[in-house]
Amino acid sequence: MLKINNLQAAIEGKEILKGIDLEVKPGEVHAIMGPNGSGKSTLSSVIAGREDYEVTAGNIDFQGEDLLDLDADERAHKGIFLSFQYPVEIPGVTVTNFIKTAINESRKARGEEAMPANIMLKKMREKMGLLEIDSAFLSRSLNQGFSGGEKKRNEIFQMAMLEPKLAILDETDSGLDIDALRIVANGVNKLKSKDNAIIVITHYQRLLDYIVPDFVHVLHQGKIVKSGDKNLAHELESRGYDWLKEGVEA
Amino acid sequence: MKTEESYLEEVTASEYKYGFYTDIEADKVPPGLNEDVIRLISAKKNEPEWMTEWRLDAYRKFLKMTEPKWPNVSYPEPDLQAISYYSAPKKKKELESLDEVDPELLKTFEKLGISLDEQKRLSGVAMDVVVDSVSVATTFKDKLGELGIIFCSMSDAIQEHPELVKKYLGTVVPKSDNFYAALNSAVFTDGSFCYIPKGVRCPMELSTYFRINEAGTGQFERTLVIADEGSYVSYLEGCTAPTRDENQLHAAVVELVALDDAEIKYSTVQNWYPGNKEGKGGVYNFVTKRGICERNAKISWTQVETGSAVTWKYPSCILKGENSIGEFYSVAVTNNYQQADTGTKMIHLGKNTKSTIISKGICAGKSNGSYRGLVKIGPRAQDARNFSQCDSLLMGSSCGSHTFPYIETQNKSAKVEHEATTSKIGEDQIFYCNQRGIGEEEAIALIVNGYCKDVLNQLPMEFAVEAQKLLAISLEGSVG
Ligand SMILES: Nc1ncnc2c1ncn2[C@@H]1O[C@H](COP(=O)(O)OP(=O)(O)OP(=O)(O)O)[C@@H](O)[C@H]1O
Ligand SMILES: [Mg+2]
Repeated sequence: MLKINNLQAAIEGKEILKGIDLEVKPGEVHAIMGPNGSGKSTLSSVIAGREDYEVTAGNIDFQGEDLLDLDADERAHKGIFLSFQYPVEIPGVTVTNFIKTAINESRKARGEEAMPANIMLKKMREKMGLLEIDSAFLSRSLNQGFSGGEKKRNEIFQMAMLEPKLAILDETDSGLDIDALRIVANGVNKLKSKDNAIIVITHYQRLLDYIVPDFVHVLHQGKIVKSGDKNLAHELESRGYDWLKEGVEA
Repeated sequence: MKTEESYLEEVTASEYKYGFYTDIEADKVPPGLNEDVIRLISAKKNEPEWMTEWRLDAYRKFLKMTEPKWPNVSYPEPDLQAISYYSAPKKKKELESLDEVDPELLKTFEKLGISLDEQKRLSGVAMDVVVDSVSVATTFKDKLGELGIIFCSMSDAIQEHPELVKKYLGTVVPKSDNFYAALNSAVFTDGSFCYIPKGVRCPMELSTYFRINEAGTGQFERTLVIADEGSYVSYLEGCTAPTRDENQLHAAVVELVALDDAEIKYSTVQNWYPGNKEGKGGVYNFVTKRGICERNAKISWTQVETGSAVTWKYPSCILKGENSIGEFYSVAVTNNYQQADTGTKMIHLGKNTKSTIISKGICAGKSNGSYRGLVKIGPRAQDARNFSQCDSLLMGSSCGSHTFPYIETQNKSAKVEHEATTSKIGEDQIFYCNQRGIGEEEAIALIVNGYCKDVLNQLPMEFAVEAQKLLAISLEGSVG
């Protein structure tokens, strides 16, 4: 589904990603861990198509297509979704209106009719139930005045509504309280299928207790320095990153 | 049963058929302005003596005045002697089909979602009219007539309701109020008159659209709306379709009178031709709008301004009666080389008067937008309150936005609050939208409409929807 090859990217002349290789197949869950500043969010932004980053080498193939040829919105139309580490506020635009616009713009791009209001409504109710979201929430301005946890829950709500092929969750667990973490993680699990894939970026094992990864990768200074199965995350939890860093720097 | 909307459709669909002002001969006075020209205008319109004198008095006052220089705009001074002050509206040349219309204009119509028939009407294409316009107009007039509501052209009002015109004309905007108001008073030839009797709630939005016998918008329009005690009216002015006009200078005067316990809601969508991308052409729009509120009365101005090359406009409220309320909700968009200096004045004279000002400026391209607001609390305005919120949104780095709030308080009990913000559409907001599949233009439209929500919410429903689309179109291609 996703094949990243020797990806290198820079921002403002500063090299951040220094040759990433990663393959994600349908039905898989990959976790990416790594110290602060190692390039995890940069990687997700580059996959999503943020223009500030300059890709200096490598390529990203998504379902047989070169992603780097596409604009961010076109990538979204192909089914790429990013749950932001820091979701953005848009004053005056309600959650409902935003999601409705997002869904219909994607449908338009695929040559489909706008989603009929009754179907949209039904779907919203269903996903609200799944993520235990109160309906009053939907008429608030997008992310404005939302608590940290509410913002993250709203990201996953959007994911549930948009039903992406590949979802990248960038520290979705940070800001969520214990109950919310369980609710959101269970929600994500319900959205999982053999046809879609998830990349989870996190610092903590507790999220991976719910969303169990098939692979765990450690990113350090713009490179994947170690990959393994779910046990690698446990090992990191007890040992930290130093042993891996030494390996690289030595 | 006919709903308000179906009226709107029918009336607009049929408005074209009957030429306008058929009773007036098609002629034109030579350019220039002097007392004889004014006498001629008055005579052509068959006006009573008092009206002629009123105009002449305005003209004499006008002669002693000079063009205001304080607005933050610059433009070559219009040559007032080059204007012809009276011409019977020419019938536009009828086109055979839409194929002959400027394709740019058609594209804009399409984006606005204007129906084909309406497109034809607006661009002057001959139409086969299915609905008999006279009967529709009559139904409409009948309905208003039953309630005693008068809604007609200013010229008709002078003939048919001279007592009301005499009593109120120039009471809110005096002849000598300012240079262009004086000019308007001397030479106005178009405009609307509206009177809502005591205790009557006007059952439909009154729109200049409805007014059969109205040939587009004139150069010197004069509008007078009187809401008698305890009455209510919502009045719509303008339309979202791009309005081209050969007259460069437009100087309208609008006067609103809200008597005790009355309420007037006045909504404007202004989309005059702003000139081309290089700033050539375009309309100068110098407007004086003011309302007076008696006891417990309320006046609410809502405006969405996207057009004109140069605009100055300050819809104002004189809160004379105690407990009266003034509101001003405004979105002003400037793009390319447009210049706008707009705002409001809230003059608190009565006890316990309240005013709210919500102004949203959006500047793009090389344009310049200014908010200018005066909140004045008179010595007798015990416990007066004002809240002002003036926001500007900048798109790109070549535009300018300025805020000039003036506050004059002569009563210590008054509470005046002013908040102002300046923001830009963030790259991260656009990326966030993009990531959800929303393209750049659509993202800007979404963000801008969100920003203007508090104002757009004040507009009547259909008008609001059109205004939203209009905002998106006015800003097309302004980021990138
Ligand atoms: N606009 C920018 N200009 C300069 N440096 C930047 C910019 N954006 C990111 N960086 C740098 O790139 C590096 C990687 O940042 P990134 O946000 O990808 O880290 P991360 O792995 O997601 O960290 P965290 O775990 O703290 O979220 C950091 O050193 C950061 O300072
Ligand atoms: Mg990060």
